[in-house]
Order: sequence, then structure tokens, then C-alpha cells
Amino acid sequence: MLQHFGPQVINLLAAVLLLLAFAMLSQRRILSLINLFAAQGFVLFLSTALVAALTDQKHLYVSAAVTLVLKVTLLPWILHRLIRRLNVKWDVETLINIPTTMLVGILLVILAFNLAAPISQLAGTVTRSTLGIALASMLLSFMMMITRSKAVPQVIGFLSMENGLFFAATAAVYGMPMVVELGVALDVLVAALILGVFIFEIRERFDTLDTRHLEKLKEH
Amino acid sequence: MSAAGIAAQFTELALAVLLAPLLTGWVNQCRAWLQNKSAPGILQPYRVLAKLFQKEVILAHNASSLFRSAPYLIFGSLALSAAIVPTLGTDLPLNEAADAIALVGLLALARLFIALAGMDVGTAFGTLGARREMMVGFLAEPALLMVFFTASLISHSTSLSTIVETIAHRELVIYPSMAFAGVAFVMVSLAENARIPIDNPATHLELTMIHEAMVLEYSGRHLALIEWAASLKLFVYMCIGLALFFPFGIAGGGDWLGLVLALPALAAKLAVGGAALALIEMLSAKMRIFRAPEFLGTAFLLAVLAMLVHVMLEG
Amino acid sequence: MLAPRSLRLASRVLFPAGAVAGLALAAVALQAIFGSPASRVLPLGLPDLPFHARIDALSAFFLLLLGAVAAGISTFASGYLRAGEGQPPGLQCLCYHAFLASMAAVLVADDAYFFMVAWETMALSSFFLVTSDHRHAEIRRAGYLYLLIAHLGAISILLCFGALQAGTGDYTFDAMRRIEQPAGWATVAFLLALAGFGAKAGIVPLHVWLPEAHPAAPSPVSALMSAVMLKTAVYGMLRVTLDLIGLPLWWWGVIALAAGLVSALFGIVFAAVQTDMKRLLAYSSIENIGLIMSGFGLTLLFRGFSMGTLAALALTATLYHCLNHAFFKSLLFLSAGSVLHATRERSLDRLGGLIQRMPWVAWCALVGTVAIAGLPPLNGFVSEWLLLQAFLFTPGLPHAYMNMLVPVAAAAIALAAALSGYVMVKFYGVVFLGQPREARLSETHDAGPWERTGLLWLAAGCVALGLAPVTVISLLDPITRSATGYGIGSHAGSWLFLAPIEPQRASYSPLLFFIVATLLVVVTWLSVRIFYHGRVRRAGPWDCGFPYLDSRMQDTAEGFGQPVRHVFEPFFRITLETPLPLDSRPRYRELVEDRLWYWLYLPVARAVERVTALVTVLQRGRISVYLMYSFATLLLLLLFVR
Repeated sequence: MLQHFGPQVINLLAAVLLLLAFAMLSQRRILSLINLFAAQGFVLFLSTALVAALTDQKHLYVSAAVTLVLKVTLLPWILHRLIRRLNVKWDVETLINIPTTMLVGILLVILAFNLAAPISQLAGTVTRSTLGIALASMLLSFMMMITRSKAVPQVIGFLSMENGLFFAATAAVYGMPMVVELGVALDVLVAALILGVFIFEIRERFDTLDTRHLEKLKEH
Repeated sequence: MSAAGIAAQFTELALAVLLAPLLTGWVNQCRAWLQNKSAPGILQPYRVLAKLFQKEVILAHNASSLFRSAPYLIFGSLALSAAIVPTLGTDLPLNEAADAIALVGLLALARLFIALAGMDVGTAFGTLGARREMMVGFLAEPALLMVFFTASLISHSTSLSTIVETIAHRELVIYPSMAFAGVAFVMVSLAENARIPIDNPATHLELTMIHEAMVLEYSGRHLALIEWAASLKLFVYMCIGLALFFPFGIAGGGDWLGLVLALPALAAKLAVGGAALALIEMLSAKMRIFRAPEFLGTAFLLAVLAMLVHVMLEG
Repeated sequence: MLAPRSLRLASRVLFPAGAVAGLALAAVALQAIFGSPASRVLPLGLPDLPFHARIDALSAFFLLLLGAVAAGISTFASGYLRAGEGQPPGLQCLCYHAFLASMAAVLVADDAYFFMVAWETMALSSFFLVTSDHRHAEIRRAGYLYLLIAHLGAISILLCFGALQAGTGDYTFDAMRRIEQPAGWATVAFLLALAGFGAKAGIVPLHVWLPEAHPAAPSPVSALMSAVMLKTAVYGMLRVTLDLIGLPLWWWGVIALAAGLVSALFGIVFAAVQTDMKRLLAYSSIENIGLIMSGFGLTLLFRGFSMGTLAALALTATLYHCLNHAFFKSLLFLSAGSVLHATRERSLDRLGGLIQRMPWVAWCALVGTVAIAGLPPLNGFVSEWLLLQAFLFTPGLPHAYMNMLVPVAAAAIALAAALSGYVMVKFYGVVFLGQPREARLSETHDAGPWERTGLLWLAAGCVALGLAPVTVISLLDPITRSATGYGIGSHAGSWLFLAPIEPQRASYSPLLFFIVATLLVVVTWLSVRIFYHGRVRRAGPWDCGFPYLDSRMQDTAEGFGQPVRHVFEPFFRITLETPLPLDSRPRYRELVEDRLWYWLYLPVARAVERVTALVTVLQRGRISVYLMYSFATLLLLLLFVR
């Protein structure tokens, strides 16, 4: 029963992940962005736990628990506190309007899926088509980073890129070696720290978190 | 085409036409319960219709014959669409006459006539309603069509009976594309049936109206037919949703027992659906009219995504 | 013949004669579709380059279209012709029939020379017709723009024929059919054909002449141009790609599909914001040509991947839409013409309420409106249905990206179709419904008997094409068989049901649909009458109790287009003049223009002007300089031609 429904539920979770990535693209409010990020973390937890049950790899249960603690509880809490301290609860403006971003998003999904197609042929699992979706949600998060002008959504975009990567690793190839996983997590942690320092410096200098002010650093 | 099929066809049509006001009454009842008010009763829409039919029609001096015939045309189109959607059985003789795309076209035909009727007398509110209704229409119709496309890609057919049979009688499979399509369909239904968050069916403020503004000039039996047609439209949309996403209980071809069992199944599903609609209306607030294109644009893009997800994950 | 007093002769004899000729042509063409191709060498043309003519199924179909629609339009024109409007009626009659004859010649031409001669005649005669009312400067300007782009297109078509003859020097189509083109030259020929015929058909970005020329011309001419002339361009594309080149490459289909989609969306979005009746219909023509091009692109795509039956389905949808568009667009243009004649107003802001005074025109226009919006059971729905059915097969394309991109294109087509419903509600509602926006509109008269006959013929055509699709598809069968090797006509269902692939897959019966719908409407009406009553009382409009209703309170055309302007803002170049708070006479002005005019055409025009300014350096005015030029040329020729 689990063997029959398991891969289907993983496909469903992949689709939900894609939906969340699109929802994050079209969101205007930072609070909802953080909640969607937490939802993404929850989807990740569910899929990791399911893969762990399907393939009977114990270390994936640990991975799932760590995801639940970090990505669903801790990180969103930190982000909530951050935006309250920085007082940035207002609406997010986008550089290009939302319908255009959604259209470009659809094109990115098509691109990502077709790029990943030859690789997913090589993988031996039943859920290998989720690789394309994971790549697509990574590209969508990257695009979110590009089209936002405030710093905090850009950071959230970066973090959700890592979510996509994690999903690709667990769902498409049924887990990656612990070493690789720890390495990626460490990279993300360091990047988040640097971004945090960055945010505070911007705030100090320009008294706002709008990254377009960085253009003042141009030569002329 | 069997005898059970013909019986199913007539029963469906009669059921839809006679019970649509009951569904509207039930939704209003649920809404009142959720808001801690007491409702006028489930049969209130029938009383309203009876009252309106008795009354005399008062026509504006410059109302044309298009205005006078539009209520009948609208009611006829929606009754035909109710006859096409498989609610009780899938072996309907009319199913070969119209498929999913024709159903969308039929609903668009009804919308065209009601918009033209709204523009006929030349009042500010009529044209306002017509303009807004067509705006909701030009975004909702492609979204609905894409939802049907997704279902057609899964069942390799645009015929509604085949779609229902494929989805109902296949082994239980979770279709992620149908999940996306379902969300898109709910959004489209809310918009097309003039429900919150697009339009408030109980509002008295003309500048916020869409559907009500178009029919301000109608009275008497014409208004009765249009109100009946509106509740019939809600019934049809709910039945489409049930047929596409929860088709369990709809009888296959030529099965008398299944047909008899389908009746309570349909009643139960509609009751749950009506309550869910009331809940959604309770939890949302009505949007500004120019947020409506964004809402519907999201529904459209979700439906397109559903198609893409089908090709990606289920192809 | 050219004298003004021959108005009676022209309108009572010549135009009806033209109409009868059109019917005869249609009948002959109908026979010819099922026969084998017949060719003939005409005794016209130069001594060594005679004209070849050939009728095969494709030409016969377009001749049928030409004949049937021209019959209706000529009948209308007999009643429409008025004296004192610029050109003498005799000259107009001559140009009109020359236009018809040249279009028929384009359709039967079997060599490049005859084709180009007929094409040029078509362009010139239509130019004279467009500038019929040459007293107005803007009409002359529209005619000039039309002629310019027509000739740019003609150059491209000529170059295309040059590429097709592949150095043999034999410009007959038979020779071109036999030549096996390498892929590179075939692509060059295809792109040149797309540019050339696309300029005539009105594909974005070569569409700018359409919204100028169609409103400038008299209504029967606009109808003929929109209904038939644009289809000769489609015929040209089909002939070159499917017949002369033979085997198309699949990615040509992608280019055609993309061009078609852009034109469809662009056309309909611009149509929604127009305030001139005929400009709105002209932009709507651009949209429909976009749909036809998309169908054509889909045909090439399927053909390129050797999916023959599906290519036949797509080609059937394309050709069907050509026929449908000819009928409903000419119906709408002619109704607009009747309105124009009765009210002398072209602007939507000064019309309204005409259904009371002009019921014949109004009800025929309603048929046209429902048809163009693509609603069952009329003809527009059938071709859209077929096109969407063809799109439903595209996820099965063998190419990795195409099987996902082309279904997204189907979504865009659905959006364009839904928008056309919006635009047509705007057109019909603002012109015929509501209150008259000008006082003198209450004295208009309905169309005359000739005009009514023309309108009824076209409306009947719309209904017939909608209710009998299987007959039409069997008509299209010989064409698809010769073009793609397959036909769907043989198993497209019975006379009652249209099931192009198989009945479980998709099935539609317009006749049954219409009968059941009518039955339900009649039963409803009867039941209400029997159980209740039919009493009616007339009073003033309710308007929520507001007593001072006047005609300025209803929507203007601009107002009705505002949602589209808001949603599709990036498409337009909007210039806004809003009043200031302290203005004694507040003025609000909004100008919606085509961006491509400023991005593409004006820069090109300026570049051309700069280049010509450079060339004028050659003009010195002194005779010795000109003699020097002749001397230098003579020397060069003597040196090189030895």
C-alpha cells in the first residue's frame, strides 16, 4: 500500500512545492512570504519522512526531524523577529509586474523540466520526474531574488533555493550522503550570516532596506 | 444510449431546474448559521420566485425585444448546460451533442445575452454591470477551458461522460494536476457565480455590484427567470466540480441501481459543497474590482500550470 | 460608363450582375473541389511568358469563398451606392469588379508571372477603392500607407518566387513543384513568403495598414478586403508552403504559430480600446488572421513531425475558420456600413439605441456578433472547436520543449477567443443597444431591400456553416488529402454528429444542440405563459430611482474598454491629459496608440529619409554633371561587357 501510494504522494508534494514557489513569486506581503517559506519547509519534512519510510534509510528520519525543527519552526521564527526589529512589515514592490513574472515563471518551468529530462532518465527511482520540478522551483526562487527590491525577500528567496535543492536530493535520488548534506547546510548558514550582516550595513548607511539604493555606489 | 440513460437525462434536467433554488437556499442558510444569524428558511428562494412570477413586468420605454427575450434565452442555455453535465449517470444521449468545450461556449452564450440585456436600457448601472461581467468573463472562461483541458488530457477525451468515467472508474490515483486544476476551478466558480471575493450577492451598493447591476431593470417573471437561471448556474458549476473532482457515485451506463443510488450521493455531495461555499464566503472579504483580474489571472495561470504538471509528472 | 448619372445603371444592373456572377463562380468552384486539377494556358501575357491557370481543390475552395461572399457583398453594394462621395459611381463599379476579378485571378494563377500581375492588380484596384472618398486627407494617407506596405509585401513575394525557381529560370508552379529544395533555400523561401503574404494578411508587425485602410474604404470594400483579400494572402501561404515547397520543416510551424498568437492577442486587445466602429472590426480581423495563422503553424508542426491525421485536423480547422471569418466579418462590416449610411456617424461615441429604428440590421448584426464571439451553435464555434481539438493532441509531440510550449499556446488562443466575446459585446451594445447618444439618431431609417438581402444571405451563411459542419468538412477533405496526405472528412461523423477523430474522443452536434436549446426556450416561455400571465406595462427606466436619466450616463466606448486598458496596459502607448483642479473648462483626453508605430515604423521611416537625403547629393541641377554620369556609365559598360 505504501509502495503504491508513496511515489504518488511524493509527486503530489512536488507539485505542491512548485505551487508554493509560484505563490511566493506572486505574494506582496512579507509576512505571507515567511509563512509560505514555513509551508515549504513542512512539505520538505513530509517528503523526507515518506522517502525514509519507503527506502528504510534511518538517517533520513533524522534529516526530516532536523528540517522540521530548523525550517518549519526556527528559521521562520527568526525571520519574524527580524522583520519586527527592522520594522519592514510593509508590502513588497516588484521590479516587473506580477503577471509578467508569472509568465516568465511558466517559461522557466518548461525550461527546467526539459533541461532535467536527460538527467532524470539516468536516475533509477520512480519519482525521478520530480527532479525537473525541484530545479524549476530553484529557478523560480532565484527569479524571486531578482525581481524583489527589498533585502528580506531576497534572503527568503535564497533560503528557498536551498529548499529546492534539498527536495531534488531526497525525492529524486532518495537521499544524499550525510557529508554532502552537512556541507550544503553549512554553506547556507554562512551565506545567511553574511546576508544578515549585509542587511544591517545597508540599513545603517541608507536608512532603508531597498537594495536599489545600492546604485548610489556607481561611479557616475 | 440506453433506457437508463434517457431516464437519467430527464431526471437530471428536472432535478437541476427544480432543485437549483434549494441549493441556493441551503447556501444562504449555512451562511446565516456561520454568521450567527437566523435564515429565512431553505425554501425562501421558491417563495421569492413564486412572488415574482405573479407580478406584472414593468418595462422601460426603450427596452427592445432583445431585452424581453433574453431571460428565456439565458434560462434555456443554462438548462441545456445542466442537461449536459453528468450528475446522476454518464450515459446521457445529449453527451454526444455537446462536449466540455461546447459547455464552456454555452455558459459564454448565457453571459453574452445577459450582458447585452444589461446594456439594453442604457442606464449607468446596466452598462457598468455588463462591462464588469465581461471583464470577469474574459479571464474566467479561458481558465475554465484550461481546467477542462487538463481533465481531457488525463482521460484522452473532451466528452464529459468519458472524463467522468475515466476518473471515477480508474483505480485510485492521485493526480497532482487535478489538485492544481481543482484550486483553479474553485476560484473560477467563485468569480462566475458572483460570490465573495469577486461580488457580493447580498449587496445593496450598486457601485460594487457586478451581476445584480445588470439585472436592475428586470421585474416580474423576467426577474424570476433570471434569478432562477443564476441559481441554476451555481448548481451547474457545483455539478461540474463534483463530476471532475469527486465523481464517485455517478452511475455508469445502463445501470438502474446505480442511478437510484446516485441520487442520495448527489444530494450529500451538494450539501457538503454548499456548506463549503458558505465557509469560503465567510472567510474571505470582497476584493476591489481591480484586484479581480489578478485573482482570475492567478486562476488562469494555475490552470495552465496544471496542464504543464500533467505533461511533466503524468505524461 | 464613368459619368455620375450612371448611378442607376451601376447600382441596379452592374452590381446585381456581379452578385450573380459570384454565385455562378461559387457553384463552379464547388464542383471543382471534387474534380481533379485542371490547368490551361491562357492566350494572355507576353509572347514567351504566357499565363498558366490551374484549378485544384485548394484554389476551388478559396474561389467558393470568394464567390459566395462576393454575392452577398455585391447585393448589398447595389443598395449602398450613393452619388456625390468623391469618386463617380461608375469608376467605383469598375474598380470593384476589377478587384474581384484580380482576386479570382490570384487564386487560379499557376505561374509566378500571372500571380504577380494579378496580385498587383488586386493591390492597385483596392487602393483606388480605399481612396474612393479622396476629399479627406486622412483617407489619402491611409491609402498611401496601404499601397506602401502592399508593395513591400509584393517585393518579398517576388523574391520568394525567385528562391523557389532555384536558378532554372522556369517560373511556372509546375516546375517549382518538381524541384527538390535544399533545406536552407526552402527556409529562405518560407520566410520570404511569410513576410510577403503576412504583410498582406495583416500579421503583426506588418499590420499597421489594416486599421487605417479598412475604415477609410467604403463599407462594401472594407468587407471585401477583410473577408476575401486577407484570405488570398492565406491562400498564398498555403500554396507556397504546402504545395510548392512540399515538405515543410516543423520549426517553420513554430514561427507561424508564434506570429499567429502575437497577432491574435495584439489584435483583440487593441480592438477592445477602439472608439471607431470600423477600426474595431479591422483590429478584430487582425485577431482572426492570427487564429488562422496559428492553425497554419499547427498544421506545419504536425506535418513536420509526420503526424498526418492531426495535420489534416489542424488544416481543416484553419480553412474552416477562413470561410467562417469571411462570412461573419463581411456581415459585421456591412451592418456597420448600413449604420454609417443611416446615421453618418462612424464614432461609437455618437451611436446607440439603433435596434429600435433599424431592426433588420440589428438582428443580422446580432447573428454576426454571436458568430464572431465563437459561441455555439453558429459557425465561429465550429472552427474554434476544431482548432482546440487539434491543440489537445500537442502534448503528444515528439519534441521535448514543444510538447509543453504548444499547450501553453492553446491557453493564449482561449484568452483571445474570450476577449473577442468582450469586444463584440462592446460593439453591439454601444451601437445598437442603450439610448441614442445623439438626438438626431431617432430619425434614422432601416436598410433598404438590396442591403437587407445581402445581410440576410451572409447571416444565413453563418447559420448554415454552423449547423452543417460535417458537410463543410467533407468539402475540405480533398484539400487536406492533397496537402497532407490524410483527410478527416471520411470519418468525421454523420450528418448529425461531428466527431473528427472518434466519437468517444470528442463529439459535437450543432443541429441537436440548436433544436434542444430552442425547445427548452419555447417550453419555458409557454410554461410561464400558461401557469402565470404575460402582462407588461411600460414605464420609465428604474435606474435605482434616479429620475434624471440621460444618454450621457451610459458607458462610452472608451469606458467599456477601460478594463482591458487596465489589465493589458503594457501593450499600449497611452497619452493622458487630465484636467487640473482649477481649470475653468476641464478637459479629459486619452489617446491610445500602437507602440509598434513608434518603435518600428517611425525609426525606419526616419532612416529611409536620411538615406534618401544622402542620395539627393547626386542631384546637382547642372547639365554637365548629368552628362558626366551618362559618360561614366557608358565607359563602365564598355569596360565590363566585352
